[in-house]
Amino acid sequence: MIRYLARRVAVMPLLLLGTASMVFVVSRATSGNPLVSIVGARNLNNPVIVAAAKQRWGLDRSLPVQYGRFMINLLRGDLGTSFSTRRPVLRDLWDRLPATLELTIAALVLGSAVGILLGVLAARHRNRALDHGARAVGLLGSSLPAFWLGMLLLYLLYSRLGWVQGPNRLNARVRPPTRLTGFFTVDSLLHGQWSLLWQACMHLVLPATVLAWGVVGIVSRLVRASLLEELSSEYVRVARAMGLRERTVVATHALRNALLPTITIVAFAFAYLITNAVLVEKVFSWPGVGSYAVEAARQLDYPAVAGVTLLGGLAFLLTNLVSDIAYTMADPRIQLS
Amino acid sequence: MTTVTTTAPAPGSSAGEQPVLTIDDVHVTFRGEHHGDPGIPAVRGVSLQVAAGEALAVVGESGSGKSATMLAVLGLHGHATVRGSVRFDGRELLGSPESVLRTVRGAGIAMIFQDPMTSLNPVLTVGRQLAMAMHAHQPGLSRQAAQQRAVELLERVAIPQARRRCEAYPHELSGGMRQRVIIAMAIANRPRVLIADEPTTALDVTVQAQIVELLGELRRDEGLALILVTHDLGVVAGAADRVAVMYAGTVVEHGPVDAFFAAPGHPYGRGLLGCLARLDRDAEPVPIGGHPVSPRQLPPGCSFAPRCPLAEPSCDDHPPSLRPWGATVVACDVVTRAAGSSMVAS
Repeated sequence: MIRYLARRVAVMPLLLLGTASMVFVVSRATSGNPLVSIVGARNLNNPVIVAAAKQRWGLDRSLPVQYGRFMINLLRGDLGTSFSTRRPVLRDLWDRLPATLELTIAALVLGSAVGILLGVLAARHRNRALDHGARAVGLLGSSLPAFWLGMLLLYLLYSRLGWVQGPNRLNARVRPPTRLTGFFTVDSLLHGQWSLLWQACMHLVLPATVLAWGVVGIVSRLVRASLLEELSSEYVRVARAMGLRERTVVATHALRNALLPTITIVAFAFAYLITNAVLVEKVFSWPGVGSYAVEAARQLDYPAVAGVTLLGGLAFLLTNLVSDIAYTMADPRIQLS
Repeated sequence: MTTVTTTAPAPGSSAGEQPVLTIDDVHVTFRGEHHGDPGIPAVRGVSLQVAAGEALAVVGESGSGKSATMLAVLGLHGHATVRGSVRFDGRELLGSPESVLRTVRGAGIAMIFQDPMTSLNPVLTVGRQLAMAMHAHQPGLSRQAAQQRAVELLERVAIPQARRRCEAYPHELSGGMRQRVIIAMAIANRPRVLIADEPTTALDVTVQAQIVELLGELRRDEGLALILVTHDLGVVAGAADRVAVMYAGTVVEHGPVDAFFAAPGHPYGRGLLGCLARLDRDAEPVPIGGHPVSPRQLPPGCSFAPRCPLAEPSCDDHPPSLRPWGATVVACDVVTRAAGSSMVAS
């Protein structure tokens, strides 16, 4: 087990370096000029300024040299400086990562919980109204674009009804809690700032719901299918024949097995969430990595684009590792080696 | 009419012994997929009973309705209509609410199934599964007591290193071991009837004998009434007092094991014995010709007639009833008529 994990972790840097190379090629191959955002459109005709900017950001070198520098800096743990914020990319990501993690983790927990619940209900009421209802809810979430759903809910629940708070992580001009984890909900809880906790939750609930909704469909359909399969299995019949309560048969016997494939799906769902967080953060003005990524791509901010992509890749690798470990712990038949 | 009425009292249950489980004229029909589909009649009027300490073997090929009858006893059919009567200890089970059936399952009548590889939950330890079976009927049992009893049960079914095995997951045990664990689960709540549905089919021949021996031991020691569902006549010979032969959802022959093996009455029973390679006879095994009838297209008369070497045109008129034939009862008009006339002649 330990050796397996060590091997998995050892391969990660290689995979990330591969990702970095790909990002370099793709971003340089994209048509567009990063100088527009560096010096401004007006100064593009001024050769002195352009030459100075090119030199300042190393864009005057040949591509192979740029690539070499990029990779060497990367190996030193330096992601470079963002063209647009003029701050180290690592610094930017460090500041913005908690917002994204708070959002995606909340969405993952919410989406999996609701998905599992709907899946179980659908399986227990197979082909009846509840089953069809659960299917509709899931389908709606997977088929409606997250940005559209986000704007719709924002309009309805915030503007019209005022049930939740609007965009951003906190109300305007409210001081965030002192950073411990960077999660406003957790930090305000740790500091005992209850009204701040409530406010952070009311800001979080809408974007998290929009993001989670897309996951609900996948998770609930998978749980429904695998639970139905487990419920028709022999050991369930044995458990019933032993006189176990149906509730025990479903909860302890069947669901444990039915959730095994869900572990894998949840890992994939996390990747989906990270991708969609880009859109949702934009709609909800959420100051996370997603909205940073949008700006970086729009302005062809090479270092920032590379940083965001590597972060996404790392998140994906770690999630898969965690899901593999979780699977081993949940299923005694599987040994990692 | 599809019902086979028992015109003679079913033989066997040793004189005076009150049967603990009585299956009376049970019909099981698997519901059709859509409206207007009459469904599939899997069991058509089966009557059987067992007394404490007695072993009844139910024999027949796949699809003959053996397992369907047994599942009906415990009300475990999901999508089937069950008619007739099942009395356990004088109480009617058919039509009883789920809450009543649940108290009987496991505690009154326990059932074990064919495939020990899939009968245990793969992600729970053996000890945990034994404890769950106990807690289903003894909710007040403490963890320690359940664990202690689990060890005792595993020892009872001759599993070595019982204490250590409690921590094992099913995949760490062999097929024979798993079947022993399942038997331990089945007797955990001291049931009075044990239904073993093909308990040895999925096991190696040497292990089969051990499992059959274990079941026989439990029957003697605990006074269990044992119903052994099997298609293996070799198992029947050593382990049962009485045998009921099923074909196409009905009992076609029913009587003491010795009498059946000495001289089977029904042509199907004769055919089954003819298929066996026997050390005490010279004859080569002879297969039964033809194929089992589809329960969707049953002939109007005797359902074995299309394959029967003794069939006469009159066999297609109406289904035969069980009539006495020697020490057994047989549902074959040709055989019982011949016996009757030979008695008249003598």
